[in-house]
Amino acid sequence: MASETEALTSSAYIKHHLTNLTYGQLPDGTWGIAHGQEEIAQMGFWAIHVDTMLFSLGLGALFLFVFSRVAKNLTTGVPSGMQNFVEWIVEFVDTSVRGSFTGKNPLVAPLALTVFCWILLMNLMDLVPVDWIPLLAQSVGIPYMKVVPTTDPNATFGMALGVFWLILFYSVKMKGVGGFVGELTLQPFGKFGLPVNIFLEGVSLISKPISLALRLFGNLYAGEMIFILIAVMFSTSAVMGAFGGLLQLGWAIFHILIVLLQAFIFMTLTIVYMDMAHQEHH
Amino acid sequence: MNINATLIGQSIAFFLFVWFTMKFVWPPIMAALEARKKLIADGLAAAERGKHEQELAEKAAKEKLVEAKQQAADIIALAQKRANDIVDESKDKARTEGERLLVAANAEIDQEVNRAKEQLRGQVVNLAVAGAGRILNKEIDAKAHENLIKDLVTQI
Repeated sequence: MASETEALTSSAYIKHHLTNLTYGQLPDGTWGIAHGQEEIAQMGFWAIHVDTMLFSLGLGALFLFVFSRVAKNLTTGVPSGMQNFVEWIVEFVDTSVRGSFTGKNPLVAPLALTVFCWILLMNLMDLVPVDWIPLLAQSVGIPYMKVVPTTDPNATFGMALGVFWLILFYSVKMKGVGGFVGELTLQPFGKFGLPVNIFLEGVSLISKPISLALRLFGNLYAGEMIFILIAVMFSTSAVMGAFGGLLQLGWAIFHILIVLLQAFIFMTLTIVYMDMAHQEHH
Repeated sequence: MNINATLIGQSIAFFLFVWFTMKFVWPPIMAALEARKKLIADGLAAAERGKHEQELAEKAAKEKLVEAKQQAADIIALAQKRANDIVDESKDKARTEGERLLVAANAEIDQEVNRAKEQLRGQVVNLAVAGAGRILNKEIDAKAHENLIKDLVTQI
């Protein structure tokens, strides 16, 4: 712990770690970076989390850079190193898509690959010790820095809404507007149970993006929270600090499972939802 | 924990990334995987074919070997037979030659004997004539007693 943060109380420390670097319109009318929760709250909707955007775009770009570079230098002979790794992931995703998606759509497999790799990379940021990057940012004068984009509901909802638009688009494309509306209004109780049908089907439709986004956000947010709580122990005493170090190691190892699992679940559900959008009856 | 314009930014980034993956990442990698799959399948098929061909070749070689052995045995048997034939033939030839030589020798001997007999007879006649001549030199005229002498000669 650095000297500045030692002066803070535990709750301030935790709050600091959970605040995004937000750019928006300040109370005095100028545009800039908010210092504190009140300013962020006053910015309203038209503000942007610079750290979330930076890390998610950076990690997405890293994924695309590595994969497209491998794709450019492919060999059909014996693959080596990076190509082997990339092919392993691609085949894994391809197997998942073939297993769950029965329709024909060239979008679904690349969509699943993007979702899986991007979320995985963003989740992996959780394993970076919680103080490293914020401290580095503070030392160059940036007040807040939240490094795990998937602990920002904006990021998870952004992806989930992306999937949701695709579900709507392909539902309408495959079944027609009438077919899709019919699916929403005439099931499961026929035309006499119309209000109930709309309610049930509407809930099941809306729940798809919400469950996608909240599941990912909740898991990663909780994981990050525990890392922060463990980090609080470091400043209490030497014994507690050592114990905290042990805890952090244990939680990090366990968290690898969550990191992978949440990326996999998001991908699998995306595939399943796309499959449901392509099917006439479900 | 505030929902704000980041949501829109993330959605746009999401679609851009998916589009990029669909355009530049997924197709070439899948194509390469398919190509490798085909390559491996072809290789395995070729190996299978090669194995099959080797089996066939081994079988053919075995057959050839058996055939060759049979042929060798046949040739040896034939040679043996031929050798026996030649020996027999030579034996026959030798026998007939010997017999022929024997007959020829016998004939020659007979001839010689006859010739000796003839000579001897001539000489005996001459001696007899000479002896008789000497005895009867004065009394017997050779011309007058030719018949008598001839008769005598045949009787000897």
